[in-house]
Amino acid sequence: MAGPMKMRATLAGGNTEVRVLMTHPMTTAQSGQPLHFIQTVTVKQNGKPVLEAQTSQAVSRNPVFSFRLKGGAKGDKIEVSWLDNKGESNRIEGVVA
Amino acid sequence: MNSLRRTLLGALALTVLKPFAALAAWNNDAFGAKSAQDALKGIGATGAAPSKDIVIEAPQIAENGAVVPIEITSNIPGTTSIAVVIEKNPFPLAGKFDFTQSALPYVKLNVKMGETSDVRVVATAAGRHYAATKEIKVTIGGCGG
Amino acid sequence: MKRLSLLLALAFCVPAPAQDAKKEIQKYQQMIADGSPVELFEIGGEELWKKPQGPKKVSLEKCDLGRGAGVVKGAYARLPRYFKDADRVMDLESRLLYCMSMLQGRSAEEATKRVFGNQDTPSEMEYLSAYIAGQSRGEKMAPGTTHAKEKEAFALGEKLFFHRAGPWDFSCASCHGEENKRIRMQDLPVLSKPAAARPVVATWPAYRVSNSQFKTMQWRINDCYRQMRMPEPVFASEATIAVNLFLAATGKGEPYRGPGTKR
Repeated sequence: MAGPMKMRATLAGGNTEVRVLMTHPMTTAQSGQPLHFIQTVTVKQNGKPVLEAQTSQAVSRNPVFSFRLKGGAKGDKIEVSWLDNKGESNRIEGVVA
Repeated sequence: MNSLRRTLLGALALTVLKPFAALAAWNNDAFGAKSAQDALKGIGATGAAPSKDIVIEAPQIAENGAVVPIEITSNIPGTTSIAVVIEKNPFPLAGKFDFTQSALPYVKLNVKMGETSDVRVVATAAGRHYAATKEIKVTIGGCGG
Repeated sequence: MKRLSLLLALAFCVPAPAQDAKKEIQKYQQMIADGSPVELFEIGGEELWKKPQGPKKVSLEKCDLGRGAGVVKGAYARLPRYFKDADRVMDLESRLLYCMSMLQGRSAEEATKRVFGNQDTPSEMEYLSAYIAGQSRGEKMAPGTTHAKEKEAFALGEKLFFHRAGPWDFSCASCHGEENKRIRMQDLPVLSKPAAARPVVATWPAYRVSNSQFKTMQWRINDCYRQMRMPEPVFASEATIAVNLFLAATGKGEPYRGPGTKR
């Protein structure tokens, strides 16, 4: 079950700064528990995918990512979604403030 | 500056494995590699030339290896991908970030480091690979409370 | 992480002076605080605050945290303090228990069943503490210090701070009572002195990245007692509230920065 996400998208220096907080255990093989971690993160700007990340169990629990998109304007729609190794996913949408 | 922040909470979504259309398949080989070399081979990024145009902003000392903040900027024109490799981790490849024209080659993330290690960042631009390295010392802090 | 190996002592391996280490650690602290999971706890806390619970199926929204029923803004910075209705000094968590009982009709047993959570499942107290504390950002720390019972509690807290006990004969002051002491890489603040106490009280409760847990003040104090190998204090007991008040009052005047992010 996916926990809460939070995203903040603002304009800075002519570009769009996106910061996203995710709830996820990012459990590693070493923990002795079943592997459970986010594998892909997709960022969309006004519906178009602009950034794709493949991530490993080495990313910290409750990941926090910051991305930067070229240009952008207030009101742009930003969406960040993730998919993990168990097929679970979550997604958040927001607008550039 | 008045920044009106509007955030929406993502809805709980438990879905059966059904990847989004645009996603590249998760690179099992590269992420399963146990050496930095093999990991880079897995993403086709071997033979990287050292570059001063990759900026790795990170503390030299991490108070705890569970969360090590790393901020990466590639100033190499045409960067389409950034890979983060933690040499001494059991599985060195920590992440690979692919940028379209609309995204800047920049990322800040938190990684887990098992011990003091070099963090190698490999940037790919126009089919060529460039690398920069920073050592981060990992300590165990305080009294655990 | 269970297999976190290796503590690197700078003194042995790198000839960098202590000042550099301090600077790099500050950089670490800054970078982890920038965009911390704390915000998610604040969101979760706000939801819990508004959630009808207990036999009376009522939310906590009418809870008086000291500034009037339902006023959350600035409440944390003014705790611990004396509450007339309960006729005693209370900290955030004891006050929450009081409201859970009075407003929601919940039994003490049920409400205290799981006061400390873990990295997978935080407890209610953690979410609520994060939310309520977050609403005091920017407010000057101003716990109660004038009422007779507040003075008593302060005196008790101070006494407890210096009282040596347990198998190691430790007191809080054993670690937090002398300048220039550290445990591993962490400098130990002398918490009985305002200058050191102020930045501490201004950044707790806090999210610990090392174990992904949001530590409330009650939990943190409980941990201190565990580290001193003393018997576990009762949750929200008079003693723990007194220690909390002693710390908060010693750090008073400092603008609260919001729940912190710590190693």
